[in-house]
Amino acid sequence: MSNQLERYKYDVVIIGAGGAGLRAAVEAREAGLSVAIVCKSLFGKAHTVMAEGGVAASMGNVNESDNWMVHFRDTMRGGKFLNNYRMAELHAKEAPERVWELEVWGALFDRTKEGKISQRNFGGHEYPRLAHVGDRTGLELIRTMQQRIVALQQKDGRDHGDAEKFIKVFAEVTITEILKENGKVSGAYGYRRENGEEILFEAPAVILATGGAGKTFKITSNSWEGTGDGHALALKAGGHLIDMEFFQFHPTGMVWPPSVRGLLVTESVRGDGGVLTNSEGKRFMFDYIPDVFKDKYADNEAEADRWYTDQANNRRPPELLPRDEVARAINSEIKAGRGTEHGGVYLDVSKRLPADVIKKKLPSMWHQFYELAGVDITKEAMEVGPTCHYVMGGAWVEPDTAAVIDVPGLFAAGECAGGMHGSNRLGGNSLSDLLVFGRRAGLGAVEYVKSNGANPVSEGSVAAAAAKIEAPFNNPGSENPYALHHELQETAHNLVGIIRTKTELEEAIAKIADLRARAKNIGVSGGRQFNPGFHLTFDLDNMLLIAEAAAKSALIREESRGGHTREDFPTMSSTWRQVNNITTWNGSSIAVEQKHLPDLTKELFDLFDIHELEKYMTSDELSQSRGGSN
Amino acid sequence: MARTMKLRIFRGNSKDGGLQDVSVEANEGEVILDVIHRVQAEQIGDLAVRWNCKAGKCGSCSVEINGKPRLACMTQVASFDEAETVTITPLRAFPVIKDLVTDVSFNYKKAMEVRAYEPPADLKPGEARMQQIDVERSQEFRKCIECFLCQDTCHVIRDHEENKKSFRRPTLLYSLGRAGHAPVGHHSQSQAIRPGRTWPWNVQHHQVLYRSLS
Repeated sequence: MSNQLERYKYDVVIIGAGGAGLRAAVEAREAGLSVAIVCKSLFGKAHTVMAEGGVAASMGNVNESDNWMVHFRDTMRGGKFLNNYRMAELHAKEAPERVWELEVWGALFDRTKEGKISQRNFGGHEYPRLAHVGDRTGLELIRTMQQRIVALQQKDGRDHGDAEKFIKVFAEVTITEILKENGKVSGAYGYRRENGEEILFEAPAVILATGGAGKTFKITSNSWEGTGDGHALALKAGGHLIDMEFFQFHPTGMVWPPSVRGLLVTESVRGDGGVLTNSEGKRFMFDYIPDVFKDKYADNEAEADRWYTDQANNRRPPELLPRDEVARAINSEIKAGRGTEHGGVYLDVSKRLPADVIKKKLPSMWHQFYELAGVDITKEAMEVGPTCHYVMGGAWVEPDTAAVIDVPGLFAAGECAGGMHGSNRLGGNSLSDLLVFGRRAGLGAVEYVKSNGANPVSEGSVAAAAAKIEAPFNNPGSENPYALHHELQETAHNLVGIIRTKTELEEAIAKIADLRARAKNIGVSGGRQFNPGFHLTFDLDNMLLIAEAAAKSALIREESRGGHTREDFPTMSSTWRQVNNITTWNGSSIAVEQKHLPDLTKELFDLFDIHELEKYMTSDELSQSRGGSN
Repeated sequence: MARTMKLRIFRGNSKDGGLQDVSVEANEGEVILDVIHRVQAEQIGDLAVRWNCKAGKCGSCSVEINGKPRLACMTQVASFDEAETVTITPLRAFPVIKDLVTDVSFNYKKAMEVRAYEPPADLKPGEARMQQIDVERSQEFRKCIECFLCQDTCHVIRDHEENKKSFRRPTLLYSLGRAGHAPVGHHSQSQAIRPGRTWPWNVQHHQVLYRSLS
């Protein structure tokens, strides 16, 4: 037990200070609540900072034909119709408002000639749709949100004499547990990374906005923070995760040098004309256009090249297929022996755009390759390969309120929530997701707090949470947390990676169970003061849950769809399309249950060409929906 | 090619500490942050260092390498001679918490003193019209990743703790540039926005900023 326990009381505690967390904070504060924002890193360093390409919203600034219905269709297609339709609908409808609102708050997006927000092409989006700031859109988004928080704090300072009275940021704090009393959320417990001192937040509502879980895998674009904390906290609090088999392997991560392997190469490179070639110089993506997309993508280079200047009369280049398709294609080329020296493929934008335009449109890509790989992308091709980038699976939530199902008082938004993206997320839909559902989680919490007062934390809960934090220091065990993490990453990468099989998944489940047993013997060296080995012990526990949920869900889903490819079940199954995998944690292992996906409403069903839906749905579903109830 | 790298790393906290010599393997293409992590994983499990993106975009891993303020993730191992011992110490302008981690809260406090941008009351969502050339001028200030290396370089606070109370820091320029140059206008105003023109409300905001500082 630490010397003294810091105690705070708030209306809402938000865990995570990326785009979703900050947007939720603004909403909750503007509605009059007191808000604690808790983050593992310094304020402003959240992974949102790394988002490059842009935020998808059908403002129609570049092509007036765009609207929410087109965006909705693209999102459902990208997710192979496994998306929660209501989330996809809300997202498509509200994204433009959220982008304009950012602009009002001071975000400076790149412009069209008419002075409107410019929009760029991206994979799977029918029209130019991504509002962007060069290739550092996430940085602008997070700074704008940071400024918005500071503005609200300054207003509180003027009105109430204390800027931190109603919104306070607790940087470098890790939350280890969501506390509950009488079946409802009562607060959150954790420790300060700086000194290991423990900290208690009493609050009737908690919003999870912790982002992703990429650090479970060996090759990833995620920072150290992406350890699935929100996913794990939701599970441990009695919530469920949905569709955890779906991980997005972004097609283009750096592959060389090894030190930067996995680091993201933005999809904008392809959106702005970059082409993928193999070691034989062949532009191979033409060989990988799946049947469901054949009428939307060019099958020859001439048409693909014309599309950049004439989108009305030509089909899109296949480099701009959804990410799962491109990642699998690259994987196949490398496996077939047509990879580059360092095990990737070539991505070249130097032949398409002049050097000064590349430096202007893709400044951080130029810098990243020049500084870290010694490659000048204005003159030569990049070497790229798939990298674990995003988890589509996440906390199972109510679409409208972001409330975590079965845990009153708990909410989740952004990457740590599931359902919105189905089996595969389109590029640009993440920043819009976290704005739309960050706001909705804030609103959800506001409504909840209004009708549910404070729920005091019992001393028993505090003592139990404290004992868990103390445990690794009292453990005489000899396991090294860094080594176990490394083994987990190898296991996830090799056995639960882009291409999966039954035997490998079974092997993974056994290995993860073994790692969990060994994790009980982690002994931590050093004291509580800023001790990364101690910190990793808790992060590792979360990643073990992520890996187990992913492997078990992947084993059950006997089909290939989006971010889940089974070598032994290589095609999509319209029966499996109707199924969500729902995971639950009983304290010692993960159980997976199947639940029927909510049916599209008649209104949304009618937005699609029936012949397109035939590719995804069973004939029973089609005849039912066509007759359509709401 | 793998090589052995000799490092001298600060270990300690605000009360005491000193430089510790370690030898660690370094591979082709690695940066200083990679070798720090290898030391952490294999030799000193509780070695404290901040980092996030490992791509020069978040500004977390600021340290001093051979006395120079650097991002550990953007400093190549290959830039040092194999015979050289490379010294890694925490930022000197800020109090040490532990090892390579310093207390940078000073920067957040100072940032809070600059009045945040507030939009013009009559600007409606979707109505803003700006020209790229105007946007770019302010965007330049927004590339700051808040690594605080400029603060660490500035001798006014690096060598004189007593100045921190009243001195506004180099990052003030960035805060002002960011807030003061936003070229917002909107189409309900009859004039078209001409490139290079700053709107009157921005000038007002500038004046508010300077007043709040004086």
